[in-house]
Amino acid sequence: MLQTLQDRFVTNFIADDRWKYILEGLGVTLRVTFFAVLIGIVIGFMVAVVRSTYDRTGKLKILNLFCKLYLTVIRGTPVVVQLLIIYFVIFGSSDISKTLVAVMAFGLNSGAYVAEIFRSGIMSIDNGQFEAGRSLGFNYVQTMLHIIMPQAFKNVLPALGNEFIVLLKETSVSGYIALQDLTKAGDIIRSRTYDAFMPLIAVALIYLAMVLIFTKLVNMLERRLRSSDH
Amino acid sequence: MTINRGETLIKVEDVHKIFGELHALNGVSNEIKKGEVVVVVGPSGSGKSTFLRSLNLLEVPSRGHIYFEGVDITDKNVDINKHRQKMGMVFQHFNLFPHKTILQNITLAPIKLLGKSKEEAEACGMKLLERVGLEAKANAYPSQLSGGQKQRIAIVRALAMEPDVMLFDEPTSALDPEMVGEVLELMKQLAKEGMTMVVVTHEMGFAKEVASRVIFVDEGQIKEEGTPEEFFEHPKDPRLQEFLSKIL
Repeated sequence: MLQTLQDRFVTNFIADDRWKYILEGLGVTLRVTFFAVLIGIVIGFMVAVVRSTYDRTGKLKILNLFCKLYLTVIRGTPVVVQLLIIYFVIFGSSDISKTLVAVMAFGLNSGAYVAEIFRSGIMSIDNGQFEAGRSLGFNYVQTMLHIIMPQAFKNVLPALGNEFIVLLKETSVSGYIALQDLTKAGDIIRSRTYDAFMPLIAVALIYLAMVLIFTKLVNMLERRLRSSDH
Repeated sequence: MTINRGETLIKVEDVHKIFGELHALNGVSNEIKKGEVVVVVGPSGSGKSTFLRSLNLLEVPSRGHIYFEGVDITDKNVDINKHRQKMGMVFQHFNLFPHKTILQNITLAPIKLLGKSKEEAEACGMKLLERVGLEAKANAYPSQLSGGQKQRIAIVRALAMEPDVMLFDEPTSALDPEMVGEVLELMKQLAKEGMTMVVVTHEMGFAKEVASRVIFVDEGQIKEEGTPEEFFEHPKDPRLQEFLSKIL
């Protein structure tokens, strides 16, 4: 029994250096997730500021309309479909890196969710904080930057951490555009060795480990930011 | 432009404020002179808070003008942020910044807006904290303070900007009764030092003792004003007489 397990391990990972698929796939998954997170934060931040500025002051009406359209479309369609559209429709005729397409698709997708998370954070801050900032002479942007955002960020950190865990796992559909991410790597090994158990369980464990590490990091950051609450 | 004691600091000219159906301010005019302590009283919903909040344009008047140090701050082309730096405001619910320490609460605006160095701002901040006897709380967070302490810090935070006028919006209304005294005491000190103050409050004792002028606001209008003696001893407006009979 033990012997067969060992044999299967060797066949799936050692023979023909198949572990390299996993390692390279992991690299792709991490790269796509990392840059998608960055894009998601930037888009989400900007959309949230536009939306909450509109809610509070009635300014930026046109921009707000665009933001709402963006949120509706992104949140109303599956991420796989968005990925396929960006790859086959928007960049269908150009020779573009699949990693780049994945980064754009997942970043654009995540931005919509991050925007609503940030917006709920901004809205959760008492209006008195805003008035206190303005009464001291801070302008709208300074008040947002120094007073509202730091508090909002602290409030939404758990939701934000959760969004990034979801994003990390969502990149597993990258195989739809034949990008060899971690999931695709496991699938390639399965198709070579006709053994589903070993490669897929290995892939699952790696995702799980990454999520656990990430959760731990978010918790640590949260604890540090909570130091002002007693 | 320097304004001497007794000269007009804030001039309110026929100010109206309309919230949808509600005519919160209905043609208010007044002048606040440098060094004056003006106490604004009135029943709830009378527009007294709206009046105070329109002085630094937290409520933008629907009509009328407000001049601060000779400048029409209701003019769209005026940088209101510059003028607000000179108008300290204290709120009913303190509105300290919970994510910053007490000292950071005080130094944030002087550093970012007046361009003071961190050291300079902190030295000023510590001096102000010593004045209110809270220097030991410099590195505490607002959540660790009592209501009275929070409000004194809020006053200090406004003072750190070296304002020309202080606006108080029911500063003791959210406090436990035993903490009202310490806040009023600090406000009395400020008044004694010649700070121009506009105070919306229900503390009639404070009005009698400290005010140079008391204003009665009702239905969005100034119905009566006068020195505390005239105001409390010989009220003329029937609504004011009714109001005073209820609260005194």
